[in-house]
Amino acid sequence: MRRWVFQLVVTVSFVSLLGLLGFIAAGNLARQGIATGYGFLFGEARFEISESIIAYSAANSYGRALVVGFLNTLKVSLLAIVLATFIGTAVGIARLSSNKLLAGVAGTYVEALRNIPLLLQLSFWYGLLTVTLPVPRAALNPVTGVFLSNRGVVLPMLEPHAAFGHAAIALVLGMAAVSLLNRFAKRRQEKTGRRPTIAPAVLLLLVGPALASWYFSGAPTALDMPRLQGFNFIGGMRLSPEFAALLFGLTAYSATFIAETVRGGILAVSKGQSEAGRSLGLRPGLIMRLIILPQALRMIIPPMTSQYLNMTKNSSLGVAIAYPDLVAIGNITMNQTGQAIEVVSIFMVVYLTISLAISGFMNWYNHRMALVTR
Amino acid sequence: MSSLSRLHASVLVGGGSVLRSMFSTWYNTLITLVLLFLAYKAVPPLAGWLVFDAVWSSPSAQACRMAGGACWAFIREKVRFILFGFFPYAEQWRPFVAVLLLIGLVFVSANRRYWKPWLLGLWPLAIAAVLAVMGGGFAGMTSVPTAQWGGLPLTLLLAVVGSAFAFPLGTLLALGRTSDMPLIRSLCIGYIEFVRGVPLITVLFMASVMLPLFMPAGIEIDAVLRALVGMTLFVAAYFAEVIRGGLLAMPKGQFEAVHALGLGYWAGMRLVVLPQVLRISVPPLTNTLIGLIKDSSLVAIIGLVDLLGASKRSLSDPEWLGFYREAYVFVAFIYFVICFSVSRYSRSIEAQLSARQNH
Repeated sequence: MRRWVFQLVVTVSFVSLLGLLGFIAAGNLARQGIATGYGFLFGEARFEISESIIAYSAANSYGRALVVGFLNTLKVSLLAIVLATFIGTAVGIARLSSNKLLAGVAGTYVEALRNIPLLLQLSFWYGLLTVTLPVPRAALNPVTGVFLSNRGVVLPMLEPHAAFGHAAIALVLGMAAVSLLNRFAKRRQEKTGRRPTIAPAVLLLLVGPALASWYFSGAPTALDMPRLQGFNFIGGMRLSPEFAALLFGLTAYSATFIAETVRGGILAVSKGQSEAGRSLGLRPGLIMRLIILPQALRMIIPPMTSQYLNMTKNSSLGVAIAYPDLVAIGNITMNQTGQAIEVVSIFMVVYLTISLAISGFMNWYNHRMALVTR
Repeated sequence: MSSLSRLHASVLVGGGSVLRSMFSTWYNTLITLVLLFLAYKAVPPLAGWLVFDAVWSSPSAQACRMAGGACWAFIREKVRFILFGFFPYAEQWRPFVAVLLLIGLVFVSANRRYWKPWLLGLWPLAIAAVLAVMGGGFAGMTSVPTAQWGGLPLTLLLAVVGSAFAFPLGTLLALGRTSDMPLIRSLCIGYIEFVRGVPLITVLFMASVMLPLFMPAGIEIDAVLRALVGMTLFVAAYFAEVIRGGLLAMPKGQFEAVHALGLGYWAGMRLVVLPQVLRISVPPLTNTLIGLIKDSSLVAIIGLVDLLGASKRSLSDPEWLGFYREAYVFVAFIYFVICFSVSRYSRSIEAQLSARQNH
């Protein structure tokens, strides 16, 4: 009984506090002449956005501007997650290398970058890209076709051609075939105790169909090379300095945390496991793939999930270097319309949805990887 | 793959000397050669810029720009501004004292010998002293409004005072989340998951833009306090999760012992459970603190002049334009020294605690 009274008192006082705050806010908003509600989303935005995946102009609505920002957040987060996973895994393994020099270099990288605020690193890279790099006329040209200037990074791109679509479809089909083959090999191993050698077949299935369909669709190799025209480059793929600095900074910073996660996971697999594998007569490659990695993965997936969530949230720091992500555009919207509560509520809903989506996916993956006890 | 597993084995077995490990196999030799080549390419220009071609003192920015290396003369010119922001120049011994007080407080708290009840009393005293010496307005010290606070003391203040408030709040949230009262539990879960799901910058925007809306007309909260409230509310959710982890790691026997002794919930938590939980939570709490120190730089986005904010503003002096690399490298070095020492401390305390457990 006493416990319920306590709970009720806490809950009622919490709710009435919220009510009181809401009442005060409503009064303040009315005094400032700000209408509440989400009607402002349909109003004309009247500001330009420097980069967008979908068509956008200043005549579009605030709602569309926020969607543009959301897509930009997704773009940079997803790319950074993929890149940081590869780099981080490589660095994490390198820190465990038997080569002490390599381990030391990897360790220095991790300790140096993860102890400096990301915002500071982003400001530094952005400065490097916009202040120190020369104008497009005098752009640095480290590799043929790649230009670094204060207008961003320009890369050569393959000219669009139907053959690439065909190759992509063939690659997906090849991946499906590999997954079937893998299942077959596993069943064979369980039945006979011997695992058939499938590595060459896997390689063939992945590369073969994709390469063949590209070849028979005309084998296009034409590159869209960037070239200087007037004051800027045309052609090729252009990464804005904002995007390039954010992608690079976020990847370099987050890779250090992923490296630590991977290192911890591998170290946590006890050495008896690899010894047991060896005494079963398994080849070293199979010990790594069948014994150590699956156990390490199980240890790695939960902390990796929170790293991915952190990366998505950290991409919001792009606001400091004028990358038009959701927070940056929401901030402009807030300043123009004064609809602070509504915009912040949109932030919350969007980030919570992204968080739930990532943790849902990772939980599903974790469940698949989890130990099956028979 | 096979090199991976050999690597795994060699880590667990332990390698030989550094030099031998660099050339132990053909692929290690190859890696070493590649790394040495990269070092040959990268180290001389970097060392040249940082040290050998750098200008250490220069009367004007013009002479500095001519040099091929870093212009550390810029830092010499701006160091007081970067460290103390807009604090009145003649009074800058006060933020200096504040920094010493804050560092001293952290040092005392870090020592396990002083983990006694009086430490809890020391914190409010020390923080009050810091605020008094910064704010002034008595004993001949001119009054300095928070709008002029900045640089290193502001960064440390946000981190230390933020964690001082977030710590009890986080403890309460963790207790609430693990309690068996459904209403309390769902309130706490809601708060924790909500805050952890959004980026800090949105919480700071919320604090700086929305907090004034929630205040009765005529009451102004200054910008530093708003940022502090935002950081506290944010970090409390992360502290709560760390402490919850510690609570879940407690053996059930401890709770049963509390019950058997006839202690009430609060007395049992205060006297038996929490002291043990907090002890084992120190390493992860310190890691959260490192995050807080780094994250405090985000207040630069909402217009405060913390260490990062001050370094950014030091760049806008028209006479000394364009030395952003020097400013950022200098500030990065300060952040690195602070965060790296805290993380070393966290590791050493972890080792001490696990050694104690293995007794």
